[in-house]
Amino acid sequence: MNAVAEPRKNVMAAEAGGKMRVIADYKGGRSSSSSSKRSCESRAAQGDLPSGIWDKIKNHPCYSEEAHHHYARMHVAVAPACNIQCNYCNRKYDCANESRPGVVSEKLTPEQAARKVAAVATSIPRLSVLGIAGPGDSMANPKKTFKTFELVATVAPDIKLCLSTNGLDLPDHVDTISRCKIDHVTITINMIDPEIGARIYPWIFFNHRRYTGIEAARILTNRQLQGLEMLTNRGILCKINSVMIPGINDQHLVEVNRAVKSRGAFLHNIMPLISAPEHGTAFGLNGQRGPTAQELKALQDACEGQINMMRHCRQCRADAIGLLGDDRRAEFTTEKIMAMDVEYDLKARRAYHAKVEDEREAQIAARQEELAKIAGEMDEIRLLAAVATKGSGLINEHFGHAKEFQIYELSTLGVKFVGHRRVDLYCQGGYAENDRLASIIRAINDCHAVFVAKIGSCPKLNLTNAGIEPVEKHAHEFIEKAAIAWFRSYLDRVKSGEIQHVQRGDAAIRQGPLISAA
Amino acid sequence: MPFKIISAQCTSCSACESLCPNVAISEKAGSFIIEAKRCTECIGYFDEPQCAAVCPVEGTCVIDTSLPRYQGPI
Ligand code: SF4
Ligand code: SF4
Ligand code: SF4
Repeated sequence: MNAVAEPRKNVMAAEAGGKMRVIADYKGGRSSSSSSKRSCESRAAQGDLPSGIWDKIKNHPCYSEEAHHHYARMHVAVAPACNIQCNYCNRKYDCANESRPGVVSEKLTPEQAARKVAAVATSIPRLSVLGIAGPGDSMANPKKTFKTFELVATVAPDIKLCLSTNGLDLPDHVDTISRCKIDHVTITINMIDPEIGARIYPWIFFNHRRYTGIEAARILTNRQLQGLEMLTNRGILCKINSVMIPGINDQHLVEVNRAVKSRGAFLHNIMPLISAPEHGTAFGLNGQRGPTAQELKALQDACEGQINMMRHCRQCRADAIGLLGDDRRAEFTTEKIMAMDVEYDLKARRAYHAKVEDEREAQIAARQEELAKIAGEMDEIRLLAAVATKGSGLINEHFGHAKEFQIYELSTLGVKFVGHRRVDLYCQGGYAENDRLASIIRAINDCHAVFVAKIGSCPKLNLTNAGIEPVEKHAHEFIEKAAIAWFRSYLDRVKSGEIQHVQRGDAAIRQGPLISAA
Repeated sequence: MPFKIISAQCTSCSACESLCPNVAISEKAGSFIIEAKRCTECIGYFDEPQCAAVCPVEGTCVIDTSLPRYQGPI
């Protein structure tokens, strides 16, 4: 019993100290830059996180911002039924090129799902996590969900298991979750005030009947918070997802943040509402808008310090596979995996992961080195930069091929990941190059620079005219190291009067069809 | 009058299937159907017809007015 209770105690202790950090953190890195190299490298990534928790999350692409450069996750769509209705969800709609939570093309049986996990883990050795997140609610489909976890634990014992739920049925399944050795659970909590809840959830199905309005929202919030407490009491890590809906729960999410933190949640992920009219959701149809990039960041910043904020969520679909912006779902259709010869090689996977760990350490060491050079300098300037990358923490993507940009905030304190922006327009053919470029500029319009492996002369000119500096000279270098180096040169240029520092405007979060990403 | 499923609207989410107290619902060719003979409109079990209460698409689990009302156990 003590062994399970332990991590929770650690969370509380660390939080009480007000400095728990999951995400690779420049503050932790700076203060330790003089201590022995190796321990300081891993400490920089771990931050002040208790080792018990760090061990659980360090290879988890969704929980550790730093790990998501290196590890891949997959979802299997075994849970199509849902027990509530959200105004941002329409489970009827599924386009092959579209990607939203709650949407999936292919539903699997638990047996097919287990086979798929083995096939994917063999083809993509970076795979470290299997999640069940719907397309409905995993806990509204308890038989299928737990059967899948059981089968996967047998065929692929090194894969971490996690699930996402709306929380309504969660309290009834906490014992099974703990028995199945699921150590990460995500609960979507959008409100703790039933009046606000009534504007988000038209109905819930509970105890064999449909509840609506404030009564429905009250039951839902009580069950969500109860489930959260039960899980954290058992030492199961809980992440909270919240959808930011301007004018409905945007201010209120600060209170939600406090409520979930006090119940032991260790990470809070505030995501922008996706509400294009063509998705056919209630919000999409009644014109409810999503937040802009700066509104989202301001809310995330307001909640930071209370609890770790997750910034790298890509709101992936319930059957996404792969790493970063590179969704490989199409390679693993049921037809293809049934025909595949799968031999699960645990040893090869372990060796591969050891290599990945070396990669990570090299990256952290490079950042430390560059940070040491900026140490002691103070400047007010704080700006955003976009990076084209396909993983491993490197600037290794061509500007024209990037499906998304990672956004970093640079200051003399260091470099901090703040999010990503998708830019592809796959669903709509026939876009002229210029339109595409304009939409990319809109997506990163709040950035001062964009780091790329390569860029053509025409987009280069357009970016420069728009006030965004294209930076090619750090191609194939580690992102953070390069970003700090560029930032130093930027400050020098400002000081020498060569350039003038101006604030940038806001950016748009893409609302069109989304391509899935890790 | 038993319930029926308008198959053109069904998302095949399966939510209704496991809730039917009479095991009247099953999957056929990608859509879900109700076996009229087995459906009791949930009378005697629940206050609300379970399939209609859980279905995410309004107007998909509806009463089949062409058939007589359920009479209760004989
Ligand atoms: S809980 Fe998930 S699947 Fe269910 S209605 Fe909400 S978003 Fe859709
Ligand atoms: S009304 Fe009740 S008995 Fe009839 S099909 Fe629906 S769930 Fe089954
Ligand atoms: S609940 Fe509705 S949409 Fe889902 S399977 Fe049943 S009839 Fe179809």
